[in-house]
Amino acid sequence: MKTLKSALLGAVALAAVAAAPAMAQTNVKIGVLSDMSSLYTDLAGAGSVLAARMAADDFGAAAKGIRVEFVSADHQNKADVGSNIARQWYDRDGVDMIVDVPNSGVALAVNGVTREKNKVFLVSGAATSALTGEQCSPNTVHWTYDTWALANGTGKAIVQTGGDTWFFLTADYAFGHQLEADTTNVVKAMGGRVLGGVRAPLNTNDFSSFLLQAQSSRAKIIGLANAGGDTVNSIKQAAEFGIVRRGQSLAGLLVFLTDVHGLGLETAQGLIMTEAFYWDQSDASRAFAKRFAAANKGIHPTMVHAGVYSSVTHYLKAIEATKSAADGKAVVEKMKATPTDDPLFGKGEIRKDGRKIHDMYLFEVKKPSESKGAWDYYKTRATIPAAQAFRPLNEGKCPLVGG
Amino acid sequence: MPDIFGIPPQALFGQLLLGLINGAFYALLSLGLAVIFGLLNIINFTHGAQYMMGAFVAWMLLNWLGVGYWWALLIVPVTVGLTGILIERTMLHRLYKLDHLYGLLLTFGIALIIQGVFRNQFGSSGLPYGIPAQLRGGTDLGFMFMPNYRGWVVVVSLVVCLATWFVIEKTKLGSYLRAATENPALVQSFGINVPRMITLTYGFGVGLAAFTGVLAAPIYQVSPLMGADLIIIVFAVVVIGGMGSIMGSILTGFGLGIIEGLTKVFYPEASSTVIFVIMVIVLLIKPAGLFGRAR
Repeated sequence: MKTLKSALLGAVALAAVAAAPAMAQTNVKIGVLSDMSSLYTDLAGAGSVLAARMAADDFGAAAKGIRVEFVSADHQNKADVGSNIARQWYDRDGVDMIVDVPNSGVALAVNGVTREKNKVFLVSGAATSALTGEQCSPNTVHWTYDTWALANGTGKAIVQTGGDTWFFLTADYAFGHQLEADTTNVVKAMGGRVLGGVRAPLNTNDFSSFLLQAQSSRAKIIGLANAGGDTVNSIKQAAEFGIVRRGQSLAGLLVFLTDVHGLGLETAQGLIMTEAFYWDQSDASRAFAKRFAAANKGIHPTMVHAGVYSSVTHYLKAIEATKSAADGKAVVEKMKATPTDDPLFGKGEIRKDGRKIHDMYLFEVKKPSESKGAWDYYKTRATIPAAQAFRPLNEGKCPLVGG
Repeated sequence: MPDIFGIPPQALFGQLLLGLINGAFYALLSLGLAVIFGLLNIINFTHGAQYMMGAFVAWMLLNWLGVGYWWALLIVPVTVGLTGILIERTMLHRLYKLDHLYGLLLTFGIALIIQGVFRNQFGSSGLPYGIPAQLRGGTDLGFMFMPNYRGWVVVVSLVVCLATWFVIEKTKLGSYLRAATENPALVQSFGINVPRMITLTYGFGVGLAAFTGVLAAPIYQVSPLMGADLIIIVFAVVVIGGMGSIMGSILTGFGLGIIEGLTKVFYPEASSTVIFVIMVIVLLIKPAGLFGRAR
């Protein structure tokens, strides 16, 4: 009986395979490379895989003759692990495009491999503005945000409202240094001053010592050039030491929705940050968030998830037009030639240097009394128009520009 | 007052005090490890996960059952201690006669499983846990603002550390325990139930880790990785103090907290490595650790 059943199943499968080429199908294999086990799991991770799948479903890829396959893997926040997976995917598993990759170090490594193999790399999770600067590539699109945009959004807004003296609490690795440098430039350009800074090792548990140093600097603003658990711990402990109550303000330079969830509104209230997306912005984003959260243990989409959704959608549009995923450079060129338009990011474009351009938003975390329920965390302070939100094309030193 | 190495003395006092507070956590955790190693000969790599479980159970009590911090301080060590007893009864007790390495591998594996389960269930970005109302706010000491909760942590951990030391080194019960490690067969022949005593000791060590987790919940992020981040440092503390030495681990815990605190002022980039540098030096000069006896 069992053998008969499997024989029948096998026959059906064979028939399906045989029937496939007759429809002139385009095959695409998408690799979601993310942090599946450590500090960025909630803000990217499994949620990014889900967002990529939702994008393919909503696009109606199957009906348009595109067969999309997905693979995913954990880069463990190690550049060597990440670039090994990328190589294996491209060489052996026939992956055409890699998406997400939080952690700037890993993203820069995958950026190189993708260019070498002429595939496509869509960055949503990583922050470093070097991806569209000196290390820009004709095969890479940097979708959601970058260190320049964060510094520009949050830094400018704070200096404008009187926060003109800064002290930096910086994560001691490439991303933190870049974010500190970008923010320092903004603060100085606006006429502010940087009074000092301290570089804390990644994954520090206790920030009280650094916070006391920040306190004795008497700077009005303590800029947190860190991410994930480091940001959460420094904000939590700043509240404990009464830093904010004694007149200094915290500027979280990279804070995600899931970080605010982890902190709780009681501690996070009043925090200002720059992001590309918030789930409660429009009917379309709310509808997306509802479907997303239902399939993701209630975790609402961060801007990284939204960026994965939006970038995969645009990628599939380009595939539909080019009818082939084989030549990565050609696909990215098509993506750059087509204006972007999707329910989450609205209309936008991709620049020559690979930078995706859209509005950014300055958000403030609500007081507990203002929040109407779970995940109701942000109110919009300002919209930063697309034209001003990202580093001007000629300042990035990207070799693709001006050619 | 003149500056000390370019740092105003007030700031330095503040940093010393902060170092002492962090040292309190190191001391409590390394104490649990030292008790378990000293009496069971097991290198308990699950300790970090059990500390994390402590914080999580406190969070569950508060959010699911409405049970607050003070009760959590009592309930959590008992519940998590019971899971420890379960682990000891079903798995660990088979390994006592084998090399340390087997116990280490088993407990390491268990730690990874526990962390994985919690990460899968609660995600990685952590959960909020507030400071209990009675301990909110702080006191201005002149040279720094001292949150009341941190003061409480130092006092409690000192009391618990000294009480543990006293029980093990100075009471009859403690002498049974120590005798049972030296020669279990002999102690058993006096009619003392040695296996049960060892099981309870492991439960107690695990309970200490969970207790520390509850203390840590209002300060650090309650996250599945909180133990993994800390446990490596705590192991270094135990190695420096001397494996199995109770007083050694207490003193080293507080001492290294202070040294780490000072590093954060003078050379912050090295603050996560300074303890390991000290460990290397101590191992070269005194392989058994500062307070350990060569076995």
